[in-house]
Amino acid sequence: MKIILEQLLNGLTIGSFYALIALGYSMVYGVMKLINFAHGDLFALGSYLGYTLLVFGSTYATVTFGIWGGMIAAMLIAAIGIGIAGTLIERIAYRPIYSVGRLPAVVSALGASIVIQNGIMVVWGPRPQAYPSQVVPSIMLNVGEFKITLLQVIILAISFVLMGLLYYIVQKTTFGAAIRACALDRDTAALMGINIETIIFFIFALGPALGGMSGVMVGMYYRKISFIMGWNYGLKAFTATILGGIGNIPGAMLGGLLLGVLEMLGSTYISTAYKDVFVFLVLILVLIFRPRGLLGEKVAEKV
Amino acid sequence: MKLNKNIKEKNSIFKKWLIILIAILFIVLPFIINAYWVDVLFFFGIYALLGLSLNIVLGEVGLFDLGHMGFMAIGAYTTAILNTYFGIPIMILLPISAIAAGAFAWLVCSPIIHLRGDYLCIVTIGMGEIVRLTLNNNLFGITGGPNGVFGIDFPSLGSIFIVDNSTKFYYYIWLIVGLTIIGLVNLQRSRIGRAWNCIREDEIAAEATGIDVKYYKLLAFVLGAGLAGVAGNIYASKLMMVSPESFNFMESCLLFCIVLIGGMGSIPGVLIGSAAISLFPEFFRTFAQYRMLIFGAAMVAMMIFRPGGIWPRKRGAAEFKSLLMKAGEENG
Repeated sequence: MKIILEQLLNGLTIGSFYALIALGYSMVYGVMKLINFAHGDLFALGSYLGYTLLVFGSTYATVTFGIWGGMIAAMLIAAIGIGIAGTLIERIAYRPIYSVGRLPAVVSALGASIVIQNGIMVVWGPRPQAYPSQVVPSIMLNVGEFKITLLQVIILAISFVLMGLLYYIVQKTTFGAAIRACALDRDTAALMGINIETIIFFIFALGPALGGMSGVMVGMYYRKISFIMGWNYGLKAFTATILGGIGNIPGAMLGGLLLGVLEMLGSTYISTAYKDVFVFLVLILVLIFRPRGLLGEKVAEKV
Repeated sequence: MKLNKNIKEKNSIFKKWLIILIAILFIVLPFIINAYWVDVLFFFGIYALLGLSLNIVLGEVGLFDLGHMGFMAIGAYTTAILNTYFGIPIMILLPISAIAAGAFAWLVCSPIIHLRGDYLCIVTIGMGEIVRLTLNNNLFGITGGPNGVFGIDFPSLGSIFIVDNSTKFYYYIWLIVGLTIIGLVNLQRSRIGRAWNCIREDEIAAEATGIDVKYYKLLAFVLGAGLAGVAGNIYASKLMMVSPESFNFMESCLLFCIVLIGGMGSIPGVLIGSAAISLFPEFFRTFAQYRMLIFGAAMVAMMIFRPGGIWPRKRGAAEFKSLLMKAGEENG
């Protein structure tokens, strides 16, 4: 019982990383019908940006804001930086080819992904980097008989606040309604007076910003980051997006959390080596029986 | 009308000579360049074969397959295991690996063939990853884990015909690529090829005209996987070893790019695309660590300036247009 609860908590932590990244995939897909393959690498870039900030600004930040302040500052700056990077990629790699269909955008996205990945390698070097231990809080909490780290609780809290915020923006505000309208039908939404440019700017800034924050949190949680990790996390997050139903915001959150929990339970009760196989098998089984994902609505293809 | 026909004939004569010229170039090339470049061209051939195999699935039918390397892995490991454990000659394993990869494709794709677009895409990614991870985990203790299987023989027929050096491998792969191209051109013109293109253009209309969509989609997957299995067989015997990391997601993505950079459903396009993907990193070797950076940027630039690919296939559209014009003349 103790093990299962602890693993559940670990799963939720990993799941919240996946969920934050998956939100970026899902928002971009919802509005643009484009799989942003560069998103995973933006996440890795965020992790590296946070790393640099914490290493070089650690003394200053920890003295001024304390250890938590340094962490929050790194996350915010990484979020802003990655938001800018996301919009830049949209301008350079996607905007010129929206009109010619979806497939060229896939190649362009893969190209952008290779550029970012190798850019990170050129700047930070091919060896994995480690988040310095003095900038990461390492307080253990004893709740009854459970041992959890304070960092884990903070990560979960931040992730859920971010997800809640995004859910509120997309589902309850007028601006969110505009985003959802664009996802349904971009042309009609434009005719209703919605500024598509703003919406596109917003989704390409906010999605990667969430990914960047998640990158910093992954760096703190695992401490080790590498330039190729974007592929792995991106693939998992994309899986989560599809699992929940692509283009669906609550679906991406549910998919991400579920994927994290499944992965952890799979590695505890089945086999560590086969945990990813287990995750993909679950995905395939879900898609065989629910081809639109868990929360995806059944949309009739053109008739 | 007659003028049009003349141009068409001249074009086809020009094309014929171009093909002969390229064939001669390929035959004499190994005598001009050094062994390193012969090897580079061999891998160009492997990519071309893989590109052609993915082109059946992605280019002809329009099914997103981002796990194609999984099929090649099945072919390569079938060859590696049957050869090293049972000593079956590579040449005999060539059709066997094709059948194994095709059968695997039939098995795993049957239940998922009804998925559309991006959902099919993620399932094929998942399938490719499952294959790679399973091989990596040393399935039944025969796949050798991350180290893979080594000590694979050269392809041979008796003692007369042995493919054992770079130049021979070069002719071997390009012979197979050539035969594949002849087969695929015929397939494109056949009833099957037309059914495939019809599904790609409009699945619902295809179903309405009586095409068995599920059957033809599966057929494309099985044929594509079979060809990838052939490529796997040759790859395994050339490197004399196989390891799971050769079949990762990145490679599947590159294959996807080969088809799209060349132009969907176009055979010359696939050849150009695979040349671009396999030769580009070689030409830019002097840039060392910036090489892949340039490669990625080139992919983006390529799609911005030629979104349809370098050599898109025109046949379908042009014929359809002339048919429409004819219908218009008859009506009005």
